Amino acid sequence: MSDQTATRSEAMTPDEVMRYSRHIIMAQVGPQGQRKLRDAKVLVVGAGGLGGPVALYLALAGVCTVGIVEFDTVDLSNLQRQVLHQTPDVGKPKLQSAKEKIAAHNPHVKVVGHNMPITSDNAMGIINQYDIVVNGADNFATRYLVNDACYLAGKTLVDGAILLFDGQATVYEPGKGCYRCLYPDPPPPGLVPSCAEAGVLGAITGIVGSIQATEVFKKILGVGNPLTNRLLLVDALTMEFRTMKLRRDPKCPLCGDTPTVKELIDYDQFCGTPPLVMPGVAAAAH
Amino acid sequence: MPVTVNVTSVIQKVVDGQREFAAEGATLGALIENIERVYPGFAGQIMDEQGEIRRFVNVYLNDEDVRYLGGKATPLRDGDTVSFLPALAGGA
Repeated sequence: MSDQTATRSEAMTPDEVMRYSRHIIMAQVGPQGQRKLRDAKVLVVGAGGLGGPVALYLALAGVCTVGIVEFDTVDLSNLQRQVLHQTPDVGKPKLQSAKEKIAAHNPHVKVVGHNMPITSDNAMGIINQYDIVVNGADNFATRYLVNDACYLAGKTLVDGAILLFDGQATVYEPGKGCYRCLYPDPPPPGLVPSCAEAGVLGAITGIVGSIQATEVFKKILGVGNPLTNRLLLVDALTMEFRTMKLRRDPKCPLCGDTPTVKELIDYDQFCGTPPLVMPGVAAAAH
Repeated sequence: MPVTVNVTSVIQKVVDGQREFAAEGATLGALIENIERVYPGFAGQIMDEQGEIRRFVNVYLNDEDVRYLGGKATPLRDGDTVSFLPALAGGA
């Protein structure tokens, strides 16, 4: 999956073979697949409700380079759903908490921390370091930013979103449709509530996050049918899973026939939202 | 022309807390008007001030996006399922 492949030993250690044995014995994985997982570089945007289970399952499976973009600190109200963080972590940077938990789960994993909001200025530089990007962002501005950056960088984006009892997941492959094809414009501020405003069932973060991690594994391994061109809807109230067709829109300003978005824009302005501010750092889209 | 209407949690609050209900309409536009009569406020969740489907709301006829069918003029048939799906941004 990446240049790092050439620098790694091809052989797995006995410890790795034992640790990943339940995967290695699967016909769809095998030793070769396990090495693909090991050598893949995956970026997770956000170490919260979705990013937590994604990062954990990537680490458990032996994806040995996991990038995490996160600048927030652990809040008591996170602990109802964010499995990476625990009670003693309240007040601690989420990135530090994530690194500690992942190291405890699998010390072979290198967590690359991006302790900053992802912005139009840094997104391409961050995303270009990875093979696959997973979106666990909590706002529209970051979702459009990550979508645009992944398309422009030619990276696969494994997307997921949650609210109340609802979840959505899909996979955007460059040229086969994107977030803008699905939702051409963001909602005006205040029209669609956030999880902080409306609430979210803790367990649905695990459902959707696990689906996102599964799509990453399938992509790395080259097995199965990805969620590309399909939007998976999860209704936890009825426990029904449905898929809708998702197409590349020829009129899409990013990936359509006559694109007008050719570089990253001001996403706070696009979404009409005030920029979130990291203490001591200039305003940025996150 | 009874069809099954599916809504997500955000819209659920304006249709008496229902997740799924039956409604009628020969076209999508007529269906929305009929639902609005029973549940005032519904149309405002789906349509903008110009009466067009909001660009952050996806409406599916069965598994197909109505933007690729005929928008509000999309004809409906008995037994169809229409899903109203506003964008979600939650992840934290």
